[in-house]
Amino acid sequence: MKILVGVKRVIDYNVKVRVKADNSDVDLSNTKMAINPFCEIAVEEAIRLKEAGIASEVIAVSVGTSACQEQLRTALALGADRAILVESDAAVEPLNVAKAFAKVMEQEQADLVILGKQSIDSDNNQVGQMLAALTKRPQGTFASKVDVEGQSVAVTREIDGGLRTVKLALPAIVTTDLRLNEPRFAKLPDIMKAKRKPLDTTSFADLGVKAKQHIQLDKVEAPAARQGGVKVASVDELIQKLKDEAKVI
Amino acid sequence: MRESMEFDVVIVGAGPSGLSSAIRLKQLNADLNVCVLEKGSEVGAHILSGAVVEPRALEELFENWQELGAPLNTPVSKDQVFLLKDGQLSKELPHALVPNSMRNDGNYIVSLGNLCRWLAEQAEGLGVEVFPGFAAAEILYHDDGSVKGVATGDMGVSASGEQLSTYMEGMELHAKYTVFSEGCRGHLGKQLIKKFALDSGADPQHYALGIKELWQIPAEKHQPGLVLHGAGWPLEEASGGFFLYHGDNQQVVVGLIVDLNYKNPWLSPYEEFQRLKHHPVIAQYLEGGERVSYGARAITKGGWNALPTMSMPGAMLIGCDAGTLNVAKIKGTHTAMKSGMLAAEAMAKVFADASLPLGETFNELFDRSWLRSELYGTRNFAPAMHKFGTFWGGAFNFIDQNILGGRMPVTLHDTSLDHAQMANASASPKIDYPKPDGKLSFDRLSSVFLSNTNHEEDQPCHLTLADSSIPTGSNLEKFAEPAQRYCPAGVYEIIEQTDGPKFQINAQNCLHCKTCDIKDPAQNITWVTPEGTGGPNYPNM
Repeated sequence: MKILVGVKRVIDYNVKVRVKADNSDVDLSNTKMAINPFCEIAVEEAIRLKEAGIASEVIAVSVGTSACQEQLRTALALGADRAILVESDAAVEPLNVAKAFAKVMEQEQADLVILGKQSIDSDNNQVGQMLAALTKRPQGTFASKVDVEGQSVAVTREIDGGLRTVKLALPAIVTTDLRLNEPRFAKLPDIMKAKRKPLDTTSFADLGVKAKQHIQLDKVEAPAARQGGVKVASVDELIQKLKDEAKVI
Repeated sequence: MRESMEFDVVIVGAGPSGLSSAIRLKQLNADLNVCVLEKGSEVGAHILSGAVVEPRALEELFENWQELGAPLNTPVSKDQVFLLKDGQLSKELPHALVPNSMRNDGNYIVSLGNLCRWLAEQAEGLGVEVFPGFAAAEILYHDDGSVKGVATGDMGVSASGEQLSTYMEGMELHAKYTVFSEGCRGHLGKQLIKKFALDSGADPQHYALGIKELWQIPAEKHQPGLVLHGAGWPLEEASGGFFLYHGDNQQVVVGLIVDLNYKNPWLSPYEEFQRLKHHPVIAQYLEGGERVSYGARAITKGGWNALPTMSMPGAMLIGCDAGTLNVAKIKGTHTAMKSGMLAAEAMAKVFADASLPLGETFNELFDRSWLRSELYGTRNFAPAMHKFGTFWGGAFNFIDQNILGGRMPVTLHDTSLDHAQMANASASPKIDYPKPDGKLSFDRLSSVFLSNTNHEEDQPCHLTLADSSIPTGSNLEKFAEPAQRYCPAGVYEIIEQTDGPKFQINAQNCLHCKTCDIKDPAQNITWVTPEGTGGPNYPNM
């Protein structure tokens, strides 16, 4: 069984996000980038399926600039067998990413696609669902447990107020939630080996995907800065301020 | 048994000296198997420096550094030195009176973090294995006592020492030669200096703490290439000085360096820096700007007199881990790089001819180098300031550096120990620091937030106490536990509880500056490496 995993390059979760002075976008200059945490969980799940003898090959796929190779190498160091980069300098849009994945899925004859449920930069939560629609295959989103049984996969989904388990016929699309697993650390010898694992580069054009721009980013704004508190001298003053200034009573 | 890997050379720390050493090794012998370990999450994540860089060593490393795109984008265009008299007044020193060593013609304002990222790319291009996210936690020795290599720390260990589900055992990296380039007060370097008595015959090492911020300022105030240095206010109880550099992209860096031999335990380098920014000389550029990043790092500044032996069986100690900073120039990048290159040249010779002894081979190269003459020529600079004070020390340095070219026929020694200088709290004047205004000055925690520092929460504390009773015992009684004030990251707190005071260590805030390891009067705090990738995530610092 072949598994495709999605790997997105995003701003590191430890880094404080800054907005550019002209509000055109988030300022990514000189910031640390990393593999999207949900994608890391997807990679881990795929590797565990391979270690369990269920998967035969794990292929990490990313869409974006050539810098994404860094995150693909991380996936290779963690245990993916090979990687494919769909190189594009344009802003990455969910629908285009889903179309690229659909093509790669077809080319590779993949049986299972594991994606992060969303990326921590744009928080769209769309690619998995779009990919299922484009390929007309079943989807199990927000997975906290994945069990492959023969030609189907049982996915336990985290839903409001509980868990729902669905059984999907393969090929299928699974998106990961936080509790699915705890990703491992890459080992030094594996990081060295990862440098020699195959990483192929392709493009939207090579895949026959028209990467039309559907979304235009108008403006990014930082949350309003919190105003400092004031000390009040008496209960009466507090009531007066709540009435006249905060206007909450 | 831990797993192990074999290399010709293992280098600990991807800073300017370690990376220059790795690059030079591969330039001299492409077949050598060289690896660099870096505890930061990426190269540059833990690098913090002013920095005005003299390109001399870089030019020797890569003649075509400009063509290769080294990030030295802003040549120094104007050099100003100020004496701040009080919170309002200042006097600019006429250019003719500035010691030659402090002039910056031909130098560049850089982000040392970005320079290291570039150096790492060059190193990888030459085939060096660079491993960020792995901390060298332990030195390994052969039976004959020579250095065998290092071991990386275990990952996935809980605060109480148990193995978590993500546990990964550390790895041994064995090498013919291990190069230690951890920067100031490296925790392995410190052990080596002690074990091999590398500092016998040298004066005690001296340190300073540098605190720095990166600001984005309005275009009309930005003058790329402008360099400001100065001393005086607000430091009354300590020696030191400030810097403010206008880099590229409308950014300026501002910082304060405080010598760690200060006496008053009430002194807070952090708060000295915060109030400094309100001085008109500084505030004129920062007002209306936005603070982008914050960080701190100790500086090794003992210079020539305190320089330890840099080689030992199986290993070398280079850069600020040894103490190659030129304090008269307030610059350490070019000297650190050069020390790494000289170490590489010595190792390459020994690889080519195994009968050569590493120590003598290195010493010969070192003695003939400009690094030696530069450090020797400035050996009196800091001791003169310490002995004679800012004015007469400054006069001494002007004569020594501008008239005699560093050939003053005496050598001044400063044999005091930084940590032993602390006076009793009861005998020292308390310092009343102003509250931060949230525009130019800020509290510690909102500053630490901007360093992007993070440590996995469930892990053993990496700030270890030899005797856990000292902070709330003698340190509290005599010095009102100064760690609460000298730590620029708010790691240490004394919390009053019903059953008495409690010493709290907020290790997650740690910026890896090493000040506590240096300044604790009881020498009771030992900084060890946390889990790899932990610590600040500096941008272009």
